[in-house]
Amino acid sequence: MQTAQTLEQYKAELRDSLDNEFLRKTLDNFAVAYRTGRENAFKGIDLPGLIAEIAAAKDDSVARLDELYAEFKKNAEAIGIHVHMARTALEANEIIARIAEENNCKTIVKSKSMTAEETLLNHHLEDKGLHVTETDLGEWIIQLRHEGPSHMVMPAIHLSRYQVADLFSQVTKKDQDSDIQKLVKVARRELRVKYAEADMGISGGNFAIADSATIGLVTNEGNARLVTTLPRVHVALLGLDKLTPTLHDALRVLRALPRNATGQQITSYATWITGPNECGACEDNKKIMHVVFLDNGRRALAKDPDFKQVLRCVRCGACANVCPVYRMVGGHKYGHIYIGAIGLILTYFFHGREKAKHLVQNCINCQSCKAICPAGIDLPRLIKEIHARIQNEEGHPMQGQLLGMMMKNRKLFHGLLRAANWAQRPFVGKGQTGGRFIRHLPMVFAKDQDFRALPAVAETPFRDLWEKGLKQEINPKPGQHASMKVALFSGCVHDFVYPEQFVAAAKAMAGKNAQIDYPMQQSCCGLPLQMMGELPAARDVALQNLLAMDPAEYDYIVTSCASCASHLKHNYPKLLEDRPDLAFKATQFAEKVIDFSSFVHDVLKVAPKTGAGKKVTYHAPCHLCRGLDVREAPRALISASGNEYVPCAEEEVCCGFGGTYGMKFAEISNTLLQKKLDNIVASGASVIVTDCPGCVMQIRGGMEKRQGQKVEVKHIAELLG
Amino acid sequence: MTKQEMVDLFRQKAELVSAKVIPIASMKDAYAYAIDACVNKEACQLLISGCGEAISDTAGALCEQKPAPRIVAAPQLKDKELKAFTKLTEERGIQVLTQGMRQHLAGIDVAFTTCDYGIAETGSIVIDSASEELRLATMIAEVHVAVLRLKDLVHMAYDVEQQLDARMKKAPSYMAFITGASRTADIERVLAIGVHGPLELHILLLED
Repeated sequence: MQTAQTLEQYKAELRDSLDNEFLRKTLDNFAVAYRTGRENAFKGIDLPGLIAEIAAAKDDSVARLDELYAEFKKNAEAIGIHVHMARTALEANEIIARIAEENNCKTIVKSKSMTAEETLLNHHLEDKGLHVTETDLGEWIIQLRHEGPSHMVMPAIHLSRYQVADLFSQVTKKDQDSDIQKLVKVARRELRVKYAEADMGISGGNFAIADSATIGLVTNEGNARLVTTLPRVHVALLGLDKLTPTLHDALRVLRALPRNATGQQITSYATWITGPNECGACEDNKKIMHVVFLDNGRRALAKDPDFKQVLRCVRCGACANVCPVYRMVGGHKYGHIYIGAIGLILTYFFHGREKAKHLVQNCINCQSCKAICPAGIDLPRLIKEIHARIQNEEGHPMQGQLLGMMMKNRKLFHGLLRAANWAQRPFVGKGQTGGRFIRHLPMVFAKDQDFRALPAVAETPFRDLWEKGLKQEINPKPGQHASMKVALFSGCVHDFVYPEQFVAAAKAMAGKNAQIDYPMQQSCCGLPLQMMGELPAARDVALQNLLAMDPAEYDYIVTSCASCASHLKHNYPKLLEDRPDLAFKATQFAEKVIDFSSFVHDVLKVAPKTGAGKKVTYHAPCHLCRGLDVREAPRALISASGNEYVPCAEEEVCCGFGGTYGMKFAEISNTLLQKKLDNIVASGASVIVTDCPGCVMQIRGGMEKRQGQKVEVKHIAELLG
Repeated sequence: MTKQEMVDLFRQKAELVSAKVIPIASMKDAYAYAIDACVNKEACQLLISGCGEAISDTAGALCEQKPAPRIVAAPQLKDKELKAFTKLTEERGIQVLTQGMRQHLAGIDVAFTTCDYGIAETGSIVIDSASEELRLATMIAEVHVAVLRLKDLVHMAYDVEQQLDARMKKAPSYMAFITGASRTADIERVLAIGVHGPLELHILLLED
């Protein structure tokens, strides 16, 4: 549970987690095993098709929640189910306590429910003198420890067998072995008595099927079956978003949920309960059944044009499974009650700004969650949007405001970058891994940035080199026929920090009869502003870039920065949404954006070379592999350059750069970086290339500081020279 | 998909989650199989790692209610079938239960049931469990032996959607998709079988 009051406190908590070796190792193993498990589970299934179907069906349900609720209620009441609508968490807890009281229930067994976690139901019931036992093994463990879940599907993943053995020793008042198989059997026996004694069973629900009033439950342990069978009373607590029109919709989600959650084809049990069934504990042999629907903001969320997609979530927990930050710090530091990317968002809506405001800053925007979501939720963008909303509510920090003001004014921004070149001169030196670095950091940089060497601002930015002759050098001579017209988009880093990389990129495009322009009015793409929650400023620069190059004039807009490319392509139409007069141009612009590797390999089709034959490995920038789904072209380019491509472990895992993220959460950034460097060195390559100057900055900066073996770090364009 | 391909897929997927799939020729074979399964297992399988463990005194007390002989629960069997089955069990000293599962929450040895459908794609069986006795039997038994008729095997859950939907609309209904034994990975992600339900699932495939 995330309760830090200040960002500094939150960072201190993160540090504790980074030092927890057991947690780190467990989550590391899980992250790697999960990938293969999931891939196998989806074999033979058209996954993009399934995701699109789920998203469309959920959107349809979300658009008519009230109608589905009315339909469920009518059908449920006709077969003897009591249906309740709770507007708030407290109301849900009160309804359930009242049902217990009215039915003279003293003891309760529960199966796992994130919705009950959301309302902190157990606390409420225990305050009323009721005795509640969680029966899901992981939930029981954390209940006994008075903790919240650290993962939506595996709530006790943060604990070791030894901690569980100690806990069970206390519970049974007998010494317990740390053998997991034995511990599980101890839990089985201990919990069996609880079912036998319980008056009431509380379950969650993965589905509430409106046309038959059926509750669907997905579990592995089978505890939900005992919870809904043995006690006299059954109460199911579900979020309104679990309403779904038909069994078909539920079966469709069931194709994705277990596969995406844990790599299982299906869970051991999928249980469908329709109405009060036989119950030997009741005098009339008929169960007393209640279904409580929780609103708690869901109906309002359903009306939010941008955030309604959050209600598509099926609670598989996969967005945590693939999150590189979750992998470093665990669920108690990456969510309040709901965990992972979806948790950062839901925390704001269900548990408030105070709980969410530090968490939402801890997203590195690597797009892993978006790529894995079975309902196609654009999680990273929504997290940034929440960040912006919180700042709108609480006031924007000075840093972001200054950055916004500076970047909106291109001349000022570029003037400052030029000035930086002069200011840094006494500190600049040449590195061993490529490029120039600032050797001794001026005092303005915090000490925690010491894990990577920072690059020097270039003496001559790309835009000046372009004007001073590059333009003529790479373009077709007058009178020559140009087969296509291309606009270059450099991004700030290639323009002012690594112009030589962008020169290499431009030269790699020469000689193919392409008319190449570098529109001089272009500025920063605006992603750093979006990352800092400065949306109005991000909109302003988007507009400037759109006006700087009319997409109708060009066949392609090429950028060699993966982050710029993904931002221009996916976020510009969204950012300019409130300008209907620009909607066409924004879409046209986005459609013409292409990354350097795809352009050179797929469009220009450069001829393969035989060359030095160095061993070259690759780092896949988040915004290229997931942001743009480009995977083949860069690796093929390495081979085409006459070098030998050697694979690197976890090539598609984030390097920890994340723009301003690395400044704010230096230790997490560094931990990700060190892992990346270890993998690169282990690949045996002498050169590592990548498609994004931000990744170059991070990896080269880290490699420069690394003791021992060093690998040369380049932009992929530099390989083609 | 041919019937044979479907059977192969079903077997492959069921075995992936450690279920056993055994072809049989008749119900008589099924009876014999269930009885052998009961005789061949340890009287209280949890002795391996359950009753023998240091559980609390209250949890231990429930265990003591367990009667001595081995028990097979066969809640669906009636009249002639039951008579035939009981005759076989008596010879082997096994008690047959068709009701009163609530009195046996400490556990029974084998639950012998039939299935309504089988789903090849996930290796699942589907059992309409509106009967509480049937539902409990399939949860408290240490070994679940279930007969699936080949004619009831389908490729995907979608293929029985209409039938399931019709059953659900005749409430009350309690439909169970069961895939392998009860399992958990809640401690250190290590797979452990038999956390609340059966430790083994044996599916007997009965030729039509």
